[in-house]
Amino acid sequence: MAEWGEARKSSLLGKYTQRLSGPQKVTGQAKYTFDINRPGMLYGRILRSHIARGTLTALDLSPAEQMPGVKAVIPLIEIGKEIRYEGQEIAAVAADTRDIAADAIRAIRFDYDPLDHVVDLGEAMSEGSPQIRDWENNQSERQIDEKGDLKAGWATADAVVEVTYSTEVQVHTCLESHGHVAEWNGDQLTVWASTQAVFGTRRDFARHFELPEDKVRVITEHMGGGFGAKFGPGVEGRAAATLAKEAGRPVKLMLTRKGEQNTAGNRPSMVQHVKAGATKEGKLVAYEVSGYGTSGLGGGAGFTGPYVYQVPNYRTEKFNVAINAGSGRAFRAPRHPQGAFAMDSLMDELSEKIGMDSLEFRKLNDPNEIRHAEYDLGAKEIGWHRRPRVAGSGTGVRKHGIGVGSGQWGGGGGKGTKARVNINADGTVEAITGTQDLGTGIRTAIAIIVADELGLHPTDITVKIGDTLPGLPSGGSGGSQTTPSVSPVVKTAAMAAKESLINHLAEKVNVAADEVIIKEGSVTIGNNQLSWKEATSTLGMETISEDGSWDENLREGGAAGAQFAEVEVDTETGQVKLTKIVAVHDCGLIINRLATESQINGGVIGGIGYALLEDRIMDDQTGRSLNSNLIDYKVPGAQEIPEIRAIAYDTDRKVTGIGEPVTIPTAGAIANAVYNAIGVRIRSLPITPDKVLAALEEA
Amino acid sequence: MDKFSYINPARLEQVPGLLKNDWQSKVIAGGTDLVGEMKDYVESPKRLVNLKSIPGLDQIEVDNQGVTIGAMTTLTDIAEHTDIQKNYAALAQSAGVVASPQIRNVGTLGGNLCQRPRCWYYRDPDAICLKKGGDVCYALSGLNKYHAIFGGGPVYIVHPSDIAPALVALGAEVTILGASGARTMPMEDFFILPTVANPFRENILASNEIITRIRVPKPDTNTTSFYLKLHERGSFDFALVSVAGVFQVQGKKCQQLSLVLGGVAPTPWRSSEAEQVLRGQVISEALAQRAGEAAVKNADPMSDNGYKVTLTQNLIKRAAMMAIG
Repeated sequence: MAEWGEARKSSLLGKYTQRLSGPQKVTGQAKYTFDINRPGMLYGRILRSHIARGTLTALDLSPAEQMPGVKAVIPLIEIGKEIRYEGQEIAAVAADTRDIAADAIRAIRFDYDPLDHVVDLGEAMSEGSPQIRDWENNQSERQIDEKGDLKAGWATADAVVEVTYSTEVQVHTCLESHGHVAEWNGDQLTVWASTQAVFGTRRDFARHFELPEDKVRVITEHMGGGFGAKFGPGVEGRAAATLAKEAGRPVKLMLTRKGEQNTAGNRPSMVQHVKAGATKEGKLVAYEVSGYGTSGLGGGAGFTGPYVYQVPNYRTEKFNVAINAGSGRAFRAPRHPQGAFAMDSLMDELSEKIGMDSLEFRKLNDPNEIRHAEYDLGAKEIGWHRRPRVAGSGTGVRKHGIGVGSGQWGGGGGKGTKARVNINADGTVEAITGTQDLGTGIRTAIAIIVADELGLHPTDITVKIGDTLPGLPSGGSGGSQTTPSVSPVVKTAAMAAKESLINHLAEKVNVAADEVIIKEGSVTIGNNQLSWKEATSTLGMETISEDGSWDENLREGGAAGAQFAEVEVDTETGQVKLTKIVAVHDCGLIINRLATESQINGGVIGGIGYALLEDRIMDDQTGRSLNSNLIDYKVPGAQEIPEIRAIAYDTDRKVTGIGEPVTIPTAGAIANAVYNAIGVRIRSLPITPDKVLAALEEA
Repeated sequence: MDKFSYINPARLEQVPGLLKNDWQSKVIAGGTDLVGEMKDYVESPKRLVNLKSIPGLDQIEVDNQGVTIGAMTTLTDIAEHTDIQKNYAALAQSAGVVASPQIRNVGTLGGNLCQRPRCWYYRDPDAICLKKGGDVCYALSGLNKYHAIFGGGPVYIVHPSDIAPALVALGAEVTILGASGARTMPMEDFFILPTVANPFRENILASNEIITRIRVPKPDTNTTSFYLKLHERGSFDFALVSVAGVFQVQGKKCQQLSLVLGGVAPTPWRSSEAEQVLRGQVISEALAQRAGEAAVKNADPMSDNGYKVTLTQNLIKRAAMMAIG
């Protein structure tokens, strides 16, 4: 079994390393799918439905087909089928230029018999509402989870809180929209894809076109964000490849912003009616929740609860509600931000009711010792003692408050990655595996691990990822699984390559292997010292090439986190100004502290948008989204981002994933800080000025 | 976007003729609004007359009586102009909080004043609303969180400009060039409320007219001005409610003032009710509160925008208190 060993003594592991692709990215040299241009390439575009519901009665592609410059047109829905949401794909074209493609989709004629749509969550659930899925009253089967004896629990409760929390539909809003460049060479398909899973995408393409997998190559050198929404070709990827096949030319098809926002996934909303009780000594004794949410026409709505807190008696009931809107997809910590916001708010409400400090109350009900330490560290960093003891008791128009939120995630990784390390005679080192870098920094992490093992610098390592061609598969990058899945195999590959080099050198000069020491860019053999290049030059015509293997001992799951938010609320305008976020996260063994802190920053920023700004607005009259653009759908900008103190909490644990946990606690911490400032609780995200003013007026 | 022809006139006098007398031709200045509308098929002009090819429209000229600003001056140039910052602070501040830095670097004064509403129904190419020749204002029975609380009907848009309230408050004049020559009028009269007969336009410009310059008279001594903007997203947002305030104050006595709201009506909205409460009076917190209350006495909120009434009231109060600073 391999070990990370004296990782904390390493000059690389856990230190700050700039990402290898940084210079390429800031100078614009990094090639994203959007930037790929192939000889003879056409531009693809999708005609989408502007109605939310209707039966397609006619589809005439010929006006587009007859346009000069249009090289292929394909239908994406059959006549007689039901259009079920705004943005649903009707047809696609490929043309010589983007402009011709845009004109061509507008030339296509289609007709439909309208059907009643429903885009409002409450309306969808009510009797007599249009049935839009095979669910009674558009509601899926209840998922029920029970434990203990609720009745007994209520009997021992000294304080009970019964409230409703809700969250919005959040859209992934990837800076690089979904898209592909597809190119056929005979029956060989090459696809440049903005994807989180090159091997999964290869498999899906192969299945769709009934090809052997080795006839499909998928490449993702750089990509501009996925957050869970980019795990396969999707309608648009299949359309790109089909158009390319029909036209006999490569096709680039990237989603427009509107297409991206409406059809490429979202985080389902949540409404939960919750009742919880605690003893005056601060123990949770009963928890009962019924909640639902909509992910458009899909499933996947839900929330975690009672989440990180132990309750002996509980009952939870959850279900999905269908509306005529694009389906939800996995989104950075599925179900957790919804649940954490509600649970963190609830814990605050209960602690106030029993007159106990909110942090103390949490500790009494949260068995995770790492999080206890994080609570202490974060409380010190934010100055927890500075919060108004009585919520809303501050004076003046602008009121200050501090709040806390918690989170938990698995992220332990798993088997399924193959990785190879080559040492070439000229001293170059290649690390090859079929993972992909979403922007999270796995490319650099791989270089660090190999460099650490071989005594080199990360920039000495050529990392080849994001390509299925070498045939070294790895899983999709989701669930915070990439680093813990890839690192062990890369580490063991580097160890094996190092051992091979040592054996080769020992044999060459006829010494025992333990007399060969590779360290800090040089190789010592007995009394002789060689530079790395001198040593590898003895390989002559050989190349050392070693594959790694999965090693359970090098990774583990379970990442606890806590965040603190400090806000200033203007009670005359309802504006919430964030002044500071402290984010303390257990990251296991840290490979690259710079990338880890960057991940924490990114997660917090996503959480800020979720807490204060983002909200997909559906209009009942038109059945359409009113804000599928970047002006009206408000993601945070520079002015919305406060000082973020990212603390990667060091433990003696192994490598674990950090992508997801860092976005979970933010909204709860902010909501609790707002309450602490103004003494009125906003139970619905996002916390916008209109809601703050309404709450203040009601109080 | 649909195809269009693109004309680069060399001289200003050519423009009215080139625009013809239909709405099929449009001028393009910075293009930050128009190009977006064209991409979304909200507007599909047949020809664009480019004002950037005409020299001399982007000058800022300061004299003893005021400042004259060419219509093609960028918002950044206005926001960063030291004399405007000093003597016409409301204008500099309003130009400095428009959209984002990139847009301010390209967007122009004339374009900002002539930009179209941000109403999400108006911007939806598939919603044929009253402003686009349809027969319904969707906001009336739809989602109207960002819509008008004053002056609404038959359409309920709000004027999106930050600069317009500042210019109206500062008593600016606008010079317009048309086929029969130039005319100059108060900025306040430039903007028009929607009517049943004409719900389409937000200002008096005919289809072959353009703004060429703005003149702002120099405020009297003891005058302070400012622009306060409330929004959801500081990095880039249109105003929920904004107010341009121009106050001539001696001690704490308000001798003369001008209070013009943005984000609440289809035009920049002068709050004469608040002005009346404050004019000639010694400003106190109680009086400021009363001014706020007076400002919203005639507000007519819709289903989702009642919060704007509170915002307006509080913002007027804040403005009055700032005046005695």
